[in-house]
Amino acid sequence: MAALANNPLRASRRRRNAIAKGLALAATAFGLGWLVLILGVLLYEGVGGLSLAVFTQDTPPPGSAGGLLNAIAGSLLMTVLAVLIGTPIGILAGTYLAEYGRHDKLSSVVRFINDILLSAPSIVVGLFIYEVMVAPMGHFSGWAGAVALAVIVIPVVVRTTEDMLTLVPDTLREAAASIGLPRAHMIVRIAYRAARAGIVTGILLAIARISGETAPLLFTALNNQFFSLNMNAPMPSLPVVIFQFALSPYEEWQKLAWTGALLITVTVLALSILARSLTATRKSS
Amino acid sequence: MSEATLNGTSVQAAESSSRASVLRRLRTSDLVFHGLTRAAAITVLVLLSGVILALIIGSAPALSTFGLSFITTEVWNPVTDQFGALAPIYGTLVTSAIAMLIAVPVGLMIAFFLTELCPPMLRRPIAIAIELLAGIPSIIYGIWGLFVFAPFLQKYIQPFLIDAFANVPVLNSLFEGPPYGIGMLTAGLILAIMVLPFVTAISRDVFDAVPPVLKEAAYGVGCTTWEVFRHVILPYTRVGVIETMAVTFVIGNAHQVAASILAPGTTISASIANEFTEAVGDLYTSSLIALGLILFVITFIVLACARYMLLRIQRRIG
Repeated sequence: MAALANNPLRASRRRRNAIAKGLALAATAFGLGWLVLILGVLLYEGVGGLSLAVFTQDTPPPGSAGGLLNAIAGSLLMTVLAVLIGTPIGILAGTYLAEYGRHDKLSSVVRFINDILLSAPSIVVGLFIYEVMVAPMGHFSGWAGAVALAVIVIPVVVRTTEDMLTLVPDTLREAAASIGLPRAHMIVRIAYRAARAGIVTGILLAIARISGETAPLLFTALNNQFFSLNMNAPMPSLPVVIFQFALSPYEEWQKLAWTGALLITVTVLALSILARSLTATRKSS
Repeated sequence: MSEATLNGTSVQAAESSSRASVLRRLRTSDLVFHGLTRAAAITVLVLLSGVILALIIGSAPALSTFGLSFITTEVWNPVTDQFGALAPIYGTLVTSAIAMLIAVPVGLMIAFFLTELCPPMLRRPIAIAIELLAGIPSIIYGIWGLFVFAPFLQKYIQPFLIDAFANVPVLNSLFEGPPYGIGMLTAGLILAIMVLPFVTAISRDVFDAVPPVLKEAAYGVGCTTWEVFRHVILPYTRVGVIETMAVTFVIGNAHQVAASILAPGTTISASIANEFTEAVGDLYTSSLIALGLILFVITFIVLACARYMLLRIQRRIG
């Protein structure tokens, strides 16, 4: 035993182990520390600027007080439209991949392309929509912004829908087929129902993703200093307003940028927690 | 299948006509649904071809004017209509590399801590917290970096770095110049913090997939925790780690708009975001679109390389 304890090899292994453990602990403290710091500053700065005016007044001209009403309304409108456009396409395409063409050539191509779309830099999506919508129409518009966001929603929803549908056991499908249910009805009545929680989770994650997207909106919806629900005109949105205000030299604008950042963060966190609790109940049931 | 049952059974005339109509309706709805899903799948296909086509058509004027010199020259001058993409490409690669160099080791160590060392009670809360952080929009990190991190760097870290590396050949170009606080280094550091939750979340999933039997066997012959990680878990998850690195790079690229607050005009995304709406003249706009095309191609190449390496490793194992 004494020989073992004094073995130089053993000592060096133990030392190395201790160092590695220490490094891992330090890395965790380092990583979590940054993130806590960021959220802390965000809370501190954001809550300080939070007031009723934020929700009742429009973005101010430089040097005066105001709120974020127009940006919040624009963000909500474009997000809702993007989800309305993107979700049906995404769910249907995901259905094709998982149900009709699980092994055919089209599916493997679409799957590959969907992966690329999923990781495509979102600024490229903005350029694309600029080319096909903004340039031909001759002006920036809320529609262009909504479509750009929809292009980001689609791959997320396709991926989760396919994953969730493939998790549905084939015995359910066979049971439905054995009582003569046509395939479409089997998918809608059986497979969708079984995969519902997962698909909804995918949609929520997609919403969380687009609610913070700046890049695709910068040159599609542009920005608008005034309240506007006209989808044919430039439309303000929270991320773009934050981007613009953060870079400005005016203190009021910078304060509003922090408040807007806090609003987005709270929304996104709420959506992710909701999505998480949905999948959690599905697993436990 | 429904047809077979219909033909196989003899049904009364009145019933059969209503039944046939119901079946016809079912069959049409089936066909319509099949067509719809197929059309949606093709839409996804068209979308990407559209993105690529739009980028190529949009960048054609710039690429035909400058040819290959577009990616080899450094001049970016809207006044004389001279555009070269070397500087933004370099900036993109450097910031992504800085982010990867920091985020991947730190993320792997955090995942190591979470899967092997962390007390079970803390494991779930920390893992959930990290996954939630992965969902926070990059603009939040960007604004924090601008208002908190950059001034801090400017005041304390950069003067020190500039002094320290003044005489080191390659590194001094990274740190030279007046300490503005904003720049490639800051952007790279913020990107590293941005992608850290992603790296951690993915590598934790990967490490969790290691069969416990392997680990137990290693512990059984007397390995230390570090040795189990280094010689059992890491080799087993090599594939996943490579994928993690590719994802880090790609996510870094996707988020550079937020980091562009910190490094105006130094990376591809930053150049496009800052200059696109103000670009006058076809050649200027087209050059910016060409930058987008290059960014897309870089992303694609990185993903394809990761895929290829995965395939090779899998083939060697299988």
